[in-house]
Amino acid sequence: MALSSKEVLKVGTLSRIRLTPEEVEKFSSQLSAILDYVDKLRELDTAGVEPLAHALPIHNVLRPDEPRPGLAPEQALGGAPQSDGDFFRVPRILNEEAGA
Amino acid sequence: MSAAEPVPTIGLEVHMHLKTRTKMFCGCKVEYDVRPNSNVCPVCLGMPGVLPVMNGKALELAVRMALALGCTLPGLAKWDRKHYYYPDLPKNYQISEYDQPLGVKGCLDIETSQGPRRIGIIRVHLEEDAGKLMHAEGGGNYSVVDLNRTGTPLLEIVSEPDVHGAEEARVYAETLRQLAVYLGVGDCNMQLGQMRCEPNISLCIGADAQGKPRYTPISEIKNLNSFRSVERAVTFEIARHREEYEADPAGYTLEKQGKSTRGWRDDEGVSFLQRSKEEAHDYRYFPEPDLVPFVPDRQWVEEIRRTIPDLPEIRRRRLINDAGLSEYDAGVLTADRLIADYHEALAEYVRDAKMAANWMMQDVMQILNERKIAISEFPLTPQAFGDLVNLVASAVINRNTAREVVLPRMLATGKSAGEIVKEEGLAQTSDESAIEAIVDQVLATNAKIAEDYKGGKKAAFGRLMGESMKASSGKANPQVVKAILARKLGG
Repeated sequence: MALSSKEVLKVGTLSRIRLTPEEVEKFSSQLSAILDYVDKLRELDTAGVEPLAHALPIHNVLRPDEPRPGLAPEQALGGAPQSDGDFFRVPRILNEEAGA
Repeated sequence: MSAAEPVPTIGLEVHMHLKTRTKMFCGCKVEYDVRPNSNVCPVCLGMPGVLPVMNGKALELAVRMALALGCTLPGLAKWDRKHYYYPDLPKNYQISEYDQPLGVKGCLDIETSQGPRRIGIIRVHLEEDAGKLMHAEGGGNYSVVDLNRTGTPLLEIVSEPDVHGAEEARVYAETLRQLAVYLGVGDCNMQLGQMRCEPNISLCIGADAQGKPRYTPISEIKNLNSFRSVERAVTFEIARHREEYEADPAGYTLEKQGKSTRGWRDDEGVSFLQRSKEEAHDYRYFPEPDLVPFVPDRQWVEEIRRTIPDLPEIRRRRLINDAGLSEYDAGVLTADRLIADYHEALAEYVRDAKMAANWMMQDVMQILNERKIAISEFPLTPQAFGDLVNLVASAVINRNTAREVVLPRMLATGKSAGEIVKEEGLAQTSDESAIEAIVDQVLATNAKIAEDYKGGKKAAFGRLMGESMKASSGKANPQVVKAILARKLGG
């Protein structure tokens, strides 16, 4: 299953990785080899098999809603490349898009 | 092209924080307005090698909300990773439920100025909130991040595109909030960011040759944080879609332009484009390997179902239909669950829902407003207050004495209504001969007013009533005073 260089570039963009033309070349053959390997699974007949949601045969692992101590702000910020008072400091974001 | 009037077709995504003490996958506290980055740990900071574990309380609250919305709980719900890069999301993915959500296919009944409407619910699912990104003050060329909110349990509720106008959108969001607060699922304080609404707006512009409905391109307005802005933003978008469609009926269609994401500037009252279809995200969802699925236990679910109280709408209708309350009074008395509970307890104690409602509306609510307190801070239990109501109902004291004298003393001293009436000698008299003597006295000293009444001035009766009550120091039974006065003046 060959991956086009366009597809590799897209994956690179989604992963925020800048790729050189040589890397695109290299990764497209490497990624294709991985996909080919996984593709072997198709040889199995899975018609009657329920899709698996998790590799472990357990469910409903829950935690009580009780606070536990975390890190102090100093510790939390300790490994950050940049901080500003009690905040992490990051490059200015202009796009007002938010998560969730 | 169809000549039919375009029909606004709106679906809403609502996010709400669940009322838990800790985060979704770690034991960090959920708190607002605390020191930045003080409620964080390796799990919510997205450090390598950590293991998230689901908060059981968050799951319970989510199930509660899903059941109250009439959703079905599929046999299994699973977690997925939703990938995107943004500084408020330290893991670079959000844990969410993608293709197997907690609850599906419910509905919410709402009451609009145009009458009742039922809005379908497509799905209810759990996820985690992101952190807060702020621009540095003083115009520095950087932003700052507070990750206290990261990992806060978030419930997302997605409606069917059943909403057809701005008012409906607002009422839907308000009703959802009321329900969540009622159920104790969330506080939904919009100023604190505990609830956010994202309407998806499109206009249905007739049908194509095959009879399939055609739509204008869907626009999603992100993160509206007040009910007013929901209504304003939807009103604005409907008008904008109409204009764009009229300017370019062939090109401004969902087929050609797809979906876009827009922001809302509340101060200017306008929406603005954030992201068009071409930039749409590819979230590369895949099953979260660190979390096991949720398989609802039937018995556990039924236990949660049993603890769901009567919903506000059901209580409201019952007060209108069974107790004969006005729409307005019923609305006020059921808007807050604790007020509704207080009224219900009072009504049960005095065995009259309507009488209880009158006292609630005229006395209790007024005291709450004057003192700016919540019903939970009202010093009298429904039973203590009910004793006062009963004293009036059984004509031991009159309404005015209860309100002006006894109630303030109950609030000030904590004594019971009965004690105060006894101590102050406030019990009213229905002794006809005593009252008749008072009335005679009043008529003698106010002969002019009595003449006015006989001459046709009906309002004079009220003045004579007032004078008689005053002469009795408020103790005369007003019904008896009224009867005697009427007899004497009528004769």
